Amino acid sequence: MKRSNEPVFWGMFGAGGMVAALFTPIAILITGLLVPLGIIPAEQFSYERVLAFSQHWLGAAVIWVIVSLPLWLCMHRLYHTLHDFGIHAGNLVKALFYGVAFAGSVACATLLLLGLI
Amino acid sequence: MAEVMKIEILRYRPETDKEPVWQTFDVPFTREMSLLEALAYIKDELDPTLSYRWSCRMAICGSCGMMVNGIPKLGCKTFLRDYPKGMKVEALANFPIERDLVVDMSDFIEKLESVKPYIINDNPKSLDDGCHTQSPKDMAQYKQFSMCINCGLCYAACPQYGLDKSFTGPAALAILHRYNQDNRDAGKAERMKIVNAEEGAWGCTFVGYCSQVCPKDVDPAAAIQLGKVDSAKDYVIAMFKPGE
Amino acid sequence: MTKRKPYERKMGATWWLKNAFHTKYIIREGSSLVIAIYSMVLLFGLFRLSQGTDAFNGWLGAMSQPAWLAFHLLTLVWTLYHSITWFSLAPKAANLWLGQKRVPDSWIVNSMYGALAGISVVGLVLVLI
Ligand code: SF4
Ligand code: FES
Repeated sequence: MKRSNEPVFWGMFGAGGMVAALFTPIAILITGLLVPLGIIPAEQFSYERVLAFSQHWLGAAVIWVIVSLPLWLCMHRLYHTLHDFGIHAGNLVKALFYGVAFAGSVACATLLLLGLI
Repeated sequence: MAEVMKIEILRYRPETDKEPVWQTFDVPFTREMSLLEALAYIKDELDPTLSYRWSCRMAICGSCGMMVNGIPKLGCKTFLRDYPKGMKVEALANFPIERDLVVDMSDFIEKLESVKPYIINDNPKSLDDGCHTQSPKDMAQYKQFSMCINCGLCYAACPQYGLDKSFTGPAALAILHRYNQDNRDAGKAERMKIVNAEEGAWGCTFVGYCSQVCPKDVDPAAAIQLGKVDSAKDYVIAMFKPGE
Repeated sequence: MTKRKPYERKMGATWWLKNAFHTKYIIREGSSLVIAIYSMVLLFGLFRLSQGTDAFNGWLGAMSQPAWLAFHLLTLVWTLYHSITWFSLAPKAANLWLGQKRVPDSWIVNSMYGALAGISVVGLVLVLI
């Protein structure tokens, strides 16, 4: 039997699953519901405030973690769910799925770093 | 006072049936009657051609696994009183049906053998050195996983095994972990080759149903997740020791 | 000559609808669909943020459309389902000991619920102060 390289993806999946379970609910509540519904006043989530948050290294780190890591959870699970539905995807599809997570993480990091410097 | 219950059984007689067919039996039952006893009643009184496997009648031999209303159960540990709406009994899922409720378990047995389910130690401790000591913590690392009766219910519960028969599967991986965790054993390196493979722990997507149906609370899902942790450590170590 | 003729039952694409436990498993995995989209929504918001006030406000404005509100409500519920299942399964992958006693599963599960509550409160405080 061949050694699987799954530990790499599993590690990212685990980190992403943890972030999605602990951080994502409040993030959705704020950005998707409370702010759009005006329950949190618009000034509290204004361009200036959000920009300042994203330009602090700690804020940038929090944003990166919340945006990027869940992508690894999701693409990992979606890839395996293909198999559950009887679709036996090859290496190309695997590269595509994890590629989305990778590209998303890099794009997010780039945007944040551009703001930091 | 015996009530009567309808029990539907999926019959398959390879000499005559092209595919399995349902057959209904009326079985008088009492509060204490198990499904296994109901099957015995059917065989003795209604239809002697019915085939099923059993031995101990007390949830220890692991012979009497079957699907009851779509859920893997031991016939001897399932009681008619718990099924007021009746029962649909079928051979254990994910295994080929040999005849009626009898499945062909040879793949399962091969998987069990493949994990080297015995203590491996080329240099056993000499008697003069005294006995092996195991603390409660040492023992707790494997005791639960040693309770398996090889009934195969967890294989019938596992969609990953159903979808891909090359997956080593819950019980075999739990037993593998049981020996890996035993501090009298020195065979971990050999067994890690299985854990590390796609067909090993990594074939599992943590559905968790195996642990739910296990009649002995072995919790194979936990053993497999701990196997993944072991395998991830092994992966990192191997990165620093290329060529091994 | 053998009289054997083992019969193989096919699983079919709808196997996960036939057993409640399996259905819940697919619902758990399905949360990935909306969580991934949410990550992309945030990523796009970050991109708009980098383009200036108007772009960012445009993104914010879009978020109050009914369709996006409905999406976020669904995503919140589905993500919380992910959290619940994640917390309940987490102890199985942990093997924590205090001396000769195993750390009870309930401690691990409860501390994760505690962390979820703590992180949520900190999040709200950060936006509101
Ligand atoms: S782990 Fe449990 S369900 Fe699986 S074969 Fe062993 S006793 Fe049966
Ligand atoms: S007859 Fe032995 S386990 Fe049921």
